[in-house]
Amino acid sequence: MDLIWSAEEEAFRAEARAWLEVNLAEWRAECGGAPASGDTRAGFAQHLEWERRLFEGRWAAVSWPEEHGGRGASLWEWLIFEEEYHRAGCPPRVTQNGIFLLAPSIFEFGTPEQQAGILRRMAAAEDLWCQGWSEPDAGSDLASVRSTARRVEGGWLLDGQKTWTTRGAFCTHLFGLFRSDPDSERHRGLTYLLVPLDTPGVTVRGFGRLDGDEGFAEVFFDGAFLADDAVPGGVVLGEPGQGWKVAMATTGSERGLTLRSPGRFLATAERLLALAAHTDDQTLRRRAATAWMHADAYQQQTLATVTRLAEGARPGPEASLSKLWWSELDVELHRLALDLLGPDAELEGPWSKGWQFALSGPIYAGTNEIQRNIAAERLLGLPR
Amino acid sequence: MRFALSPDQEAFREAIADLLARACPPTTVRAAWEAPPGRLDRSVWEDLAGMGVLSVLVPEADGGLGLDETYLVPVIEACGRAALPHPVVETAMVAAPLMGADGGLVTTDLGGPNIPTAADADALLLRRGDALVRVAPAEVALEPVQTVDGARRAARLAPDADLRAAELVSDDPAVVERAIDRGALGTAAMLVGLAQAMLDQTVAYVTQRHQFGVPVGSFQAVKHHLADVALALEHTRPVVWRAAWSLAHDVPTRTRDVSAAKAMANETAARAARAALQCHGAIGYTVEADLHLFLKRTWALTRAWGDTAHHTDRVADALMPGSRSHA
Repeated sequence: MDLIWSAEEEAFRAEARAWLEVNLAEWRAECGGAPASGDTRAGFAQHLEWERRLFEGRWAAVSWPEEHGGRGASLWEWLIFEEEYHRAGCPPRVTQNGIFLLAPSIFEFGTPEQQAGILRRMAAAEDLWCQGWSEPDAGSDLASVRSTARRVEGGWLLDGQKTWTTRGAFCTHLFGLFRSDPDSERHRGLTYLLVPLDTPGVTVRGFGRLDGDEGFAEVFFDGAFLADDAVPGGVVLGEPGQGWKVAMATTGSERGLTLRSPGRFLATAERLLALAAHTDDQTLRRRAATAWMHADAYQQQTLATVTRLAEGARPGPEASLSKLWWSELDVELHRLALDLLGPDAELEGPWSKGWQFALSGPIYAGTNEIQRNIAAERLLGLPR
Repeated sequence: MRFALSPDQEAFREAIADLLARACPPTTVRAAWEAPPGRLDRSVWEDLAGMGVLSVLVPEADGGLGLDETYLVPVIEACGRAALPHPVVETAMVAAPLMGADGGLVTTDLGGPNIPTAADADALLLRRGDALVRVAPAEVALEPVQTVDGARRAARLAPDADLRAAELVSDDPAVVERAIDRGALGTAAMLVGLAQAMLDQTVAYVTQRHQFGVPVGSFQAVKHHLADVALALEHTRPVVWRAAWSLAHDVPTRTRDVSAAKAMANETAARAARAALQCHGAIGYTVEADLHLFLKRTWALTRAWGDTAHHTDRVADALMPGSRSHA
């Protein structure tokens, strides 16, 4: 057991901290001091400027190889970067669905041509990727997707509808699951496709999330012709018919480590403590200490997980426990903040916005009810 | 950075877990309920002593293993898993670093007024004002108390107990504070072990027990209870291990880290006990099933060495030093 960062890791932290401090201040000044939400059209454009800054500083995807725009950072350095990112108060990443959900699958299943053609443009925020998985009748039950891809000369004909697509109205590309074998059921016969959203026959309509921002979209496919070469290296990720396997590799990322580093929750917990330091209500004070302990526990659990991964283990169903913990922690942190704010809690502001966003955590990436089933069946071995 | 047990630590824990599986089955715990005061069977205790568990924190020069809390805490967790009735926390974590490896079976009132295995001890480590003193059980007035967990074998100091003649161990406040932190952390590790044991027993039971023609563990409501226990354990164990590291390396946040460990272990074990009883149904609500041995130890230990409110306040005071918790 060794819980101390090395000198190299501390140097990496110092470099990240210094860069973030300067660049965050500059970007905020460019936005007139207060950037709009990244889930609005105007705010999204501002956030793209931030993403391009990150890319130019080689901070957009620190753990990627240098050839794709990263800096080949270790998992430990990635954790350190995330800590510094959130501690500094940097904005949510509008590119995150590409960088954290699609990219791990591209690294695992993509051809060298796909990797070369897609990853660097993704990190540079030139191509903006959204996730096309959920459908009106396929939420937690993802294997019931009905959107179809029919093989035709030189490409695929797409039909169907995706929905609850985060930032779909602002993105340029979609990665999604389509049923390519019309006689197949459930998780068989699905193909993982990479789709430019300007393909004729594709229509995107944005709509308001709980907080009113246009952060959601539904995407309609009406006989859209997706040419095989519409994306560099080809539009199929993995093999046709193997989409479920590729998609499951991505859900591992979404539920577990890559999407939700502890840094975000630690930073929120620190802000909460600053708020709670002024209360003389014993109950609220204890709740604040408890919420901080839960954020810290997520950090400790992550350090133990990263140790296992660094020593060669593969992410497993424990990712379901991580997802349960961070999503319920985020709700706990924000709910307590609102309780501390009292009558100000109903005003629009960072905490009320954060509260509404936190409420999505137990729903997306597989509802927490599904995660509890997965944990019980695959970790504890309870009968299905 | 490497947050995992070393191969040595892992091997030590596994060896002790194997020993306890053989030498401390539930019948041993039940025997501790029945034995008259002063007659606690010591076979498993002697085995633990023989394997060095009681002298982990004693310097090599004094005949100990000269290791630190990161070795001992996982072993104590294994003791919790077996619901070991002997005072391994009081002896190995608290007394041994102060009194050496050959102090025998030592217990203490540092964790609260109910002194576990008091009449069975070779020595008592007691508070006298702000100091710690040592006395033989026969030399001080003890009054047995009836505890819910019969294996606690607890007694209280009589109101007129006279400690003036007792031998001084230390009156250094830092030493006393360290002893209390070690006791709280060791108890947190016991609770993590108890929680794991209750989870394992319940998973086995709901897999085997059928109602409505199917295993009750196939029902979602049952699954979710147990998933919540697994979730809490997954995030409590690292906090307990981190506190062991903090004590071993004397980091400035060690007291806060110990309190976080005890507060979280209290809540996790209480949750595990509640879920285990509910998922066992009526069979768990008997003294014939072994589960009650674990439930009752959990209820005792969540309040010993500081309850959740006490430790949460200590964390709050460390995190928000500008203001203080109300007394």
